[in-house]
Amino acid sequence: MEGKKKTQEAERTSDRPSVTGDAPMTRGESRGKAKARLRVAKAYKMYVGGAFVRSESGRYFQVESAKGHADADADVVNVPRGSRKDVRDAVLAAKNALGGWEKRTPFNRGQILYRLAEVMESRRAELVESIARAGGALEDAEREVEAAIDRAVYYAGWADKVSGVVASHNPVSGPHFGFSLPEPMGVVCVLAPERPSLLGLLSTTLPVITGGNTCVALASAEDPRTAIVFSECLATSDLPGGVLNVLTGHADELAPVMAKHREVIAIDAWLVDADLRAKVQAEGADNVKRVKVRVPMDPDSWLDERRGQGLSWIERHLETKTVWHPMGV
Amino acid sequence: MGQITRSEKDSVEKRSSAALDFGAAWEYAPAPEATDHIRIDPKYELFIGGKWRAPRAGKYFQTISPSTEQVLAEVAEAGAEDVDDAVKAARQAYDNVWSKMRGAERAKYIFRISRAIQEKARELAIVESMDGGKPIKESRDVDVPLAAAHFFYHAGWADKLDYAFQGRPHRPLGVAGQIIPWNFPLLMAAWKIAPALACGNTVVLKPAETTPLTALLLAQIIEECELPPGVVNILTGAGATGAAIASHPDVDKIAFTGSTGVGKRIQKSIAGTTKRLTLELGGKAANIVFGDASLDQAVEGIVRGIYFNQGHVCCAGSRLLVEESVHDVIVRKLKDRMMTLRLGDPLDKNTDVGAINSKMQLGKIRELVEAGEQEGAERYSAPVKLPEKGYWFPPTFFTGAGQSCRIAREEIFGPVLTIMTFRTPDEAIEKANNTMYGLSAGIWTDKGSKIFHMATRLKAGVIWGNTYNKFDPSSPFGGYKESGFGREGGRQGLLAYTDVE
Repeated sequence: MEGKKKTQEAERTSDRPSVTGDAPMTRGESRGKAKARLRVAKAYKMYVGGAFVRSESGRYFQVESAKGHADADADVVNVPRGSRKDVRDAVLAAKNALGGWEKRTPFNRGQILYRLAEVMESRRAELVESIARAGGALEDAEREVEAAIDRAVYYAGWADKVSGVVASHNPVSGPHFGFSLPEPMGVVCVLAPERPSLLGLLSTTLPVITGGNTCVALASAEDPRTAIVFSECLATSDLPGGVLNVLTGHADELAPVMAKHREVIAIDAWLVDADLRAKVQAEGADNVKRVKVRVPMDPDSWLDERRGQGLSWIERHLETKTVWHPMGV
Repeated sequence: MGQITRSEKDSVEKRSSAALDFGAAWEYAPAPEATDHIRIDPKYELFIGGKWRAPRAGKYFQTISPSTEQVLAEVAEAGAEDVDDAVKAARQAYDNVWSKMRGAERAKYIFRISRAIQEKARELAIVESMDGGKPIKESRDVDVPLAAAHFFYHAGWADKLDYAFQGRPHRPLGVAGQIIPWNFPLLMAAWKIAPALACGNTVVLKPAETTPLTALLLAQIIEECELPPGVVNILTGAGATGAAIASHPDVDKIAFTGSTGVGKRIQKSIAGTTKRLTLELGGKAANIVFGDASLDQAVEGIVRGIYFNQGHVCCAGSRLLVEESVHDVIVRKLKDRMMTLRLGDPLDKNTDVGAINSKMQLGKIRELVEAGEQEGAERYSAPVKLPEKGYWFPPTFFTGAGQSCRIAREEIFGPVLTIMTFRTPDEAIEKANNTMYGLSAGIWTDKGSKIFHMATRLKAGVIWGNTYNKFDPSSPFGGYKESGFGREGGRQGLLAYTDVE
């Protein structure tokens, strides 16, 4: 692969709707008018432990934009190609964040997820533009972003209700009081579907963290940039660093690493490649990982509220803890 | 120095023995359960498609009583072709009968099984103790009643599944292949079959090779209950039979209870398939005793936790974590209590500790105990007289073991306890969670808030506060981490046999 970064004139004229992406860089710029100013292109980085980082390996891969975009970026941008070490670092960040996140009250987790929806709403145009830039129709991108924001609201509302719905009092035969409560599993890895790049990432990761787990996700390789823009939403929401870590890179390289990692208790893998799915399942057996591999759904299904979200998505990454205590004086 | 310690220890032992010296009052007359009404066939075939059939390869193996080493029966060894027959029968029963039957009708069949188990309870208990070596009071009072309760509990779910999943659409998985262990043979069959049937699946079940008899009696019960042919198929055999079930392409779901090693192999073997899997694997549970606990009750719980069923319990409280301040008094009380344990004939109603399930298991226990001694831990074994015939191991504990010792890390699956100490609740949690397992844990303290503090921090699926080794069909059971995934019992257990959107 030709690895030379393509630099490019950043001046553009565009009839596209106003884009607030890269807002700090472009603020004050009037649209539709050529300017003599060189715009500032963004370096795209992964989001690990609440910080934006390059791959420790120094590797990158390139993502092309659809032509005619309005932002400052070059037509081809470089995105970190995450490595095995990056996975380990991200898992460590997720593990370190676990104690704090699972101890938050479910109400607080719900508020933070709602805050995420607020931030996404304000960056709506940037998210739309990013998806469109990766080759989607503008209307589809708009639909996807709207659904993604609504999905964040949906899970925000679940956070303090899951336990009430799935917990149980166990009417055992004997003088004991028994109950079973859902608990987070731990660090969960997600291999997000390629498309829809934003909605797929949200739909697979938000239920994981709603339940109190922390998460390491590998974003779509077809459109990693949108995942990074989304990570900027995460960074400016109140989500503690390390709760949701977003890597970019290649699934065939990183999926087995995630599956093999012993500090990862569960993996949710949406993969087209059947061999890779089998590999994830096999490697996951090493520490009795809760492995779920899936053939990606068609893009419309993700928009479907019946198919793309639900309690089962949260419940899948919860353990049940049963407690017994005698009753008596 | 060592000399002095030993003589001190001896004098403590003499004192405690003296305290318990009631002379001949300890000698109980034998109280064996009558077995004259028990009929064990000389030979058992495979139960496939509602019929008893010889294995295609014509192979049989013997099942023996571990307490007498006498052969109890010859049992068919199912090969891959027999497995294929059974899966086909289960598939047909699923497609044509069971998946189409109204839940209310399925329920009535399952209720029938529960009732029939109750009717044959004593017979089942006796055969369980003969085949597996567990004391009759445990098979009679725990295994068999709980097995009946499991069928009764799950029968009631069969027509109420819509209520179980909060209105979400759900459907059965299809044919369930179930592989169960030898420590609770009938009870594990009930844990597996009852929820599978209630949720609308059909079953191919393989009992463990050392304890096939009660599963075969259950097959007779199922036959007598006139369950539609093929809904439940029982195949006896060893590891190869289990592997053939797990790898059969037309099995939709595998449920396995057994060792973590085999569980991992099964999980690996079904990679690349869409089979669903639940695993209930090993454990190395911490039983945590705080200084403020009622110590005598705690000692009862320790004994129940590790010596119940000869320690052949995946959730056995095999690591005792004692608050340092009460270590010595707990050890003394435990020794006193162990003096009263009666080891011997599993069919004697006074027996507390029965036979080790198999020669192989006895070898494993001996190996680990030897490792404990070599690693420098101090061993104490109850002064019991071991019968000459059969496989036996005295109730034993180790003190002074480090966390890295094999006896503190590996599942022994025998009556062997490893005692360690802690000073603070945080240290107790740290030590308790320092294991690849996470099936169960015990907490002994008089302070309620401390129980909840500990319970939320222990990474284990079942937590017993001021009690231990309690089971109930309404109470979900299953592990964290490498103790497996999925739950058995309760509403949560239904998820193991249902596809919920």
